Amino acid sequence: MVPVIALRAITKSYGFGETTVHALRGVDLTVERGDYLAIMGHSGSGKSTLMNIIGALDGATTGQYELDGIHIDSLDESALSIVRNRKIGFIFQSFNLIPRTTALANVELPLLYRGVGRKERRDRAAAALASVGLSDRTAHQPNELSGGQQQRVAVARALVAEPSLLLADEPTGNLDSHATSDVLDLMDAMHAEGRTIVMITHEDEVADRADRVITLVDGEISAERWNRR
Amino acid sequence: MNLLETIRIGLRGVGANKLRSGLTVLGILIGVAAVIVLVAVGNGSSQAVTSSIEQLGTNTLTVRHGAFGPGGDGGRTQFKDLTVDDAIALADDVLAPDVKSASPVVSAQAACTYEGTSYSTSITGTWPSYFEASNLRLASGTYFTNDDVTSSRRSVVLGQTVVDELFGTVDPVGKEIVCEGTPFTVLGTLEEKGSSGFQDSDDVIIAPLTTVQGHLTGYSSLDTVLVQAVSGSAVETAESEVYSILDDRHGTTDTASRDYQVLNQASLLSTVEDTNQVFTVLLGAVAAISLLVGGIGITNIMLVTVTERTREIGIRKAIGASKAAIMGQFLVEATVLSIIGGVAGVAVALVVTQFQIAGVTPVIMPISVVGAFAVSVALGLFFGSYPANRAASLRPIEALRHE
Repeated sequence: MVPVIALRAITKSYGFGETTVHALRGVDLTVERGDYLAIMGHSGSGKSTLMNIIGALDGATTGQYELDGIHIDSLDESALSIVRNRKIGFIFQSFNLIPRTTALANVELPLLYRGVGRKERRDRAAAALASVGLSDRTAHQPNELSGGQQQRVAVARALVAEPSLLLADEPTGNLDSHATSDVLDLMDAMHAEGRTIVMITHEDEVADRADRVITLVDGEISAERWNRR
Repeated sequence: MNLLETIRIGLRGVGANKLRSGLTVLGILIGVAAVIVLVAVGNGSSQAVTSSIEQLGTNTLTVRHGAFGPGGDGGRTQFKDLTVDDAIALADDVLAPDVKSASPVVSAQAACTYEGTSYSTSITGTWPSYFEASNLRLASGTYFTNDDVTSSRRSVVLGQTVVDELFGTVDPVGKEIVCEGTPFTVLGTLEEKGSSGFQDSDDVIIAPLTTVQGHLTGYSSLDTVLVQAVSGSAVETAESEVYSILDDRHGTTDTASRDYQVLNQASLLSTVEDTNQVFTVLLGAVAAISLLVGGIGITNIMLVTVTERTREIGIRKAIGASKAAIMGQFLVEATVLSIIGGVAGVAVALVVTQFQIAGVTPVIMPISVVGAFAVSVALGLFFGSYPANRAASLRPIEALRHE
């Protein structure tokens, strides 16, 4: 079975000559379908860089990256936008909902860019919002929702397109403890449905929810552990 | 991602910031409305002047007393008067077969009263042939006749403005008015010809030549002789006949030292039309500049919008929006702004042109409406394309990081 993520000898450096900064110094990582992986590390450890590369938002300097069997390195900008649309569902620390746009319309967006018809889009977005428990908030705009609700909308948006990979960047970083456990419960439920999740975090209690935790230090994987439960 | 969805997203963007969208629309609106209104004003004044010249008759020539050409008086010490005999000679069937009639004209300013109402206007003394040559038709009563001229009868025909000023609603026919101490009997009134925009052609009193000369102007030179050609196409030949007859009678040796001038209404008309066209083009050009400024306003506001929504663009790209989708969204926003501005501008222009502007009744040129609207839409596409391209070219990772 093809792994969802296959990173081989990934490096990423910024700048030239003596000022070169090596954000990643050779990362090898394989994530199988159904895995729940947490990437930990202090700021500057390269975890955000890694997340951008996994999310096809940024390219690696050297190394190969296959996402769901697709060689990402060789794709142009328009092919990358299709990959992001079909293969990846993003959940961001700061929610990143489109302002002045209802929750329903926000959740519809990935389907809209995929070219799904209006009716089907609406139905699937409503279903996704129902699955995160926000059926009664479809017509609300982001500024009318609490942080926890906004992040649940973002989860619905990430889910609605049925991506191969859910990529969460500090999903609970801006949430209080109650909302944090809400969102993490949602992620657990998605994992239980068999979805592949990669989550970036610096909080141990959040990482503990994952099956597998890797820790990045100075652009390299320094530790890896499996949480047994 | 079809066109309809792109338009819907673009419309939502326009609606998201109503004040800013409104101000941008206003820029285009003013530009479009200015183009249409100013061109309509230029066109209207051109038509007014043209029609007032046409009212004088395009098959007439006006012979004026005095030298007007660049040669000045050519060193002459004395001008020969333009006389009634000149007018009679011009109507000669043999020497001037293309001249239908020649009417001597004198005019004087006079204050006239009727039952205590006083009005100052110009009295024209002429022959009955003047009415036909000048295209003046009766509204009531009769013209005066050649018999009235030979007998110097004190009878007058009034223009509509004079009727309104002196008589109001009273029927003037048969009544008596007093001009400069002399009583005149009103024989008839003229049909309204309308204002030409510069001169009220209804503000006239027309009386027999001999009467006006006897009571008001004296028997010196005529002011003009109005020559009517047999047809519009005979005006040119009639003009040369007039020259040869008058040169002969006035002993003109050199065409530069003529003591009279012949004005051809047809050539005057084409000169005026040319002048007015330049005028209209200039007005249109000024307005087009304001439309251009409106277009730059679109670029400006779209650039602000793109900067302000950099993060939103990043989110959309992360979700999978293609470059084309982002480009389309911002292009649609710019074009929607310009289309709204264009439609509103046309509407405003249609309303404004219902009113007189600076004494001119505007006449809308359909081409200016279509043109201004089309240009405004093109402006949206053109001036929106730079900001749209800038938005589409943003790298998602940097756009997402933007605060």
